[in-house]
Amino acid sequence: MQLTLWTYEGPPHVGAMRIATAMRGLHYVLHAPQGDTYADLLFTMIERRGQRPPVSYTTFQARDLGGDTAQRFQDTLRDAHERFRPQAILVGASCTAELLQDDPGGLARALDLPVPVIPLELPSYQRKENWGASETFYQLVRTLARAPAAPRTHGRPLCNLLGATALGFRHRDDLREVRGLLQALGIGVHVVAPWEATPDDIARLPEADFNVVLYPEVAQQAAAWLQRRFGQPFTHTVPIGTAATRRFVDEVAALAGVPVPPGLVSPRATWYAQSVDSTYLSGKRVFVFGDATHAIAAARVAAHEIGLTVVGLGTYSREFAREVRAEATALGLEALITDDYLAVEEQIAALQPDLVLGTQMERHIAKRLGLPCAVISAPVHVQDFPARHAPQMGVEGANVLFDTWVQPLMMGLEEHLLGMFRGDFEFHEDAPASHLGRSHAALPDRAPLPVDDIPIPAPPSAVAAAAGAALDRAAGDGSPAWTPDAELELRKIPFFVRAKARRNTERYASERALTQITVETLYDAKAHFAR
Amino acid sequence: MITIRPVGAGGCTEAPVLRERGQREVFCGLTGIVWLHRKIQDAFFLVVGSRTCAHLVQSAAGVMIFAEPRFATAIIDERDLAGLADANAELDRVVARLLERRPEIRLLFLVGSCPSEVIKLDLGRAAQRLSQQHAPEVRVLSYSGSGIETTFTQGEDACLAALVPGLAADDRPGLLVVGALADIVEDQFRRLFDALGVGPVRFLPGRRATAMPGVGRGTRYLLAQPFLADTARALEERGAQRLPAPFPLGVEGTTAWLQAAAAACGVPRAHVDAVLEAPSRRARDALAAHRSHLAGRRVFFFPDSQLEVPIARFLARELGMSLIEVATPYLHRSHLAEELAWLPEGTRLAEGQDLERQLERCRSESPDLVVCGLGLANPLEAEGMTTKWSIELVFTPIQGYEQAADLAALFTRPILRRHALAEH
Repeated sequence: MQLTLWTYEGPPHVGAMRIATAMRGLHYVLHAPQGDTYADLLFTMIERRGQRPPVSYTTFQARDLGGDTAQRFQDTLRDAHERFRPQAILVGASCTAELLQDDPGGLARALDLPVPVIPLELPSYQRKENWGASETFYQLVRTLARAPAAPRTHGRPLCNLLGATALGFRHRDDLREVRGLLQALGIGVHVVAPWEATPDDIARLPEADFNVVLYPEVAQQAAAWLQRRFGQPFTHTVPIGTAATRRFVDEVAALAGVPVPPGLVSPRATWYAQSVDSTYLSGKRVFVFGDATHAIAAARVAAHEIGLTVVGLGTYSREFAREVRAEATALGLEALITDDYLAVEEQIAALQPDLVLGTQMERHIAKRLGLPCAVISAPVHVQDFPARHAPQMGVEGANVLFDTWVQPLMMGLEEHLLGMFRGDFEFHEDAPASHLGRSHAALPDRAPLPVDDIPIPAPPSAVAAAAGAALDRAAGDGSPAWTPDAELELRKIPFFVRAKARRNTERYASERALTQITVETLYDAKAHFAR
Repeated sequence: MITIRPVGAGGCTEAPVLRERGQREVFCGLTGIVWLHRKIQDAFFLVVGSRTCAHLVQSAAGVMIFAEPRFATAIIDERDLAGLADANAELDRVVARLLERRPEIRLLFLVGSCPSEVIKLDLGRAAQRLSQQHAPEVRVLSYSGSGIETTFTQGEDACLAALVPGLAADDRPGLLVVGALADIVEDQFRRLFDALGVGPVRFLPGRRATAMPGVGRGTRYLLAQPFLADTARALEERGAQRLPAPFPLGVEGTTAWLQAAAAACGVPRAHVDAVLEAPSRRARDALAAHRSHLAGRRVFFFPDSQLEVPIARFLARELGMSLIEVATPYLHRSHLAEELAWLPEGTRLAEGQDLERQLERCRSESPDLVVCGLGLANPLEAEGMTTKWSIELVFTPIQGYEQAADLAALFTRPILRRHALAEH
């Protein structure tokens, strides 16, 4: 038994639902108890679909367990076929039905329906959602794909786009980006699957020249089978990030035998990352966690395209643990392979990164720890199925990544500035917006302050007095005390490095057993640490 | 299978009920955890189930899962399925780890699920064993929230029924209000009971495991929720007596509910009327605006929480809506007797569900408003229907006078919104 507060992935039958819901003309009959329909609302609410998933549930109850659950399954299957008239049907069991003795495949065969019925064996107590999606897609392809009747008389090269599903993180928009790239290369898209494909489309997959695997978690197994069975090669590069998109373009161009037009992959993000405003991003420490594909891609983009320092990399996708480990090793890290969000939280808390790139869970962990965060991978909540075009892949994807990841950092910097300036006479928390001018110095719901009462910077004498007080306080605890002159000099240093200068000077003085910090000490320390 | 009962006269007391079986688009009882753990502040709910159960609870709980939630799932894996003795040892280990992490927990519920019921893991015995191990700091109880046995709010019924045998014996006369209510609603009722001179009044569940009410032969209990069949039975086994009343939804329901308590305690009717006059008038005034938007509109209820009958009664009688079909997952005739008598004659009542047939009926009626779950709401909106998603009726404070207009607003909002968006 595993104690779980949060799960990154649902059970494998939810993976099968993601395939069925992505497709057209396919129906899934699921042997499941009352309540398992909760999964419908992942599609209708999180992804905001306007149709119910094409899934019929047997909804067996305790009183059925004596014997007629098999009959219920057959009745549900027959009704679903009559009502929806699908081109093909998936049948399977959810976790509870897996414990019963009914055999959905055998029961379906006995009904002898006039359409292909594909039984799914999804071991709920060993496997999870992505595995379920991959297995379902593989079984569909295995069962339905047909050798082309005749070799195609060659026009332009054709490929299939494989892996986009319902409830996939940005799958809708990634497809549009990748289609655009292929079009620019003069490569035709034969079938997109499972996204909006019919079972007939699946049957036509082998007619294409090669396959583009967009999401290995879902499509690699099916693509590998298509390669073995029909000799279709498939792509291994996932075009997330500028460099990966360039490699992807080269890969598909080579498979299709077409040239790559110059300047095809030139996202604005490349220049944005080079522009001086981005200099402060250098060396920012980032923690990356997600599904294997997005985590690996994000680590590369962070390190090589935005110039961050990756301090942690991990995934919940055990199926692709090897790939993530290899990527982590290349970055000099040890990969975190876990589906326990407490372990992820522990590592983030220990690393205290400047930015967290992760899933919905990391977003909440980061919020709790007060760290900036951006979402790069499923599982995600409703806000990450946006109305606007927001791909992760291709040229526009690279732009989206830059904006999405840098924004929380910018906000982090703003927050930092606000903290720095808190108490500043014209930039304190009750200050009105500066564009409202002096005449609006008081907020409408407050009594207006007489102009004389507006705090003004303390005169040097007051600062000196305050510094003197500080000197008195400091004298007692044995740490070096600041002379009033030194304290005044310190205040001339820009605020954003002042704290560091104070710390360094005090350290310098302590190490040398000085009891007083003078202006000389301040500059001695500056020179010392500048070396 | 459809059974039609003969038609009688007056309200819906003898009305025929369409009983259906088929696909049900409803939550299982595990979902009750989401609000129960907010109510009992030192209780922890440990589901013993599959990854599906964990996924369901997290989907239903949304972002709440991160505020150090007091619920979790012990996920059964293939090793547990190999042998039952193993599973018990595993459960003990998980519970020990959990209680180590959360030393402030005083009451632990082991919540049964479909997988744990099907493999016949005896959680009742496990709860006894663990209670002994962790006494006196922690008491361990068990109940089933499985889909094969419970629908949505029935999870609360199962939970409260599990609490009843452990309640202290107390034969003194007193009133017990049964069913989890939002704290603000509970406090309002407490003030009204005080003003009426009814008491002492206790609430089940209490807000803390260590402050649960007592029960005995002097206890009269008032159901605050319509889905508490097993809890009521368990209370009666302890000698408590139910006060028949409609449910405290809307002005009429709230008034009659409070009157039932006052009458049982011998409070003079004139005093009751005087106390309730101001709050009921305020609530009626607040409802007037909603009535102008809702009167005459036709509403269709899909089954969800068992709150459908009392809410439909409120919408029909106080807001002038007309009821096409009122479906409920389970119809408890005696607990709903007062409600059924108040339902307009001829209302189509349905118990259970055959989803596709019900959708056909709904489409053919083209109602002005459909009350349904989140799995159906967007698809029906996409078909052009206006919907009100029903889970909100369970999570929002809706009982009592001060919430009557809030309850009406839940139905007004989608109608006004559709109107607002259609204007441009």
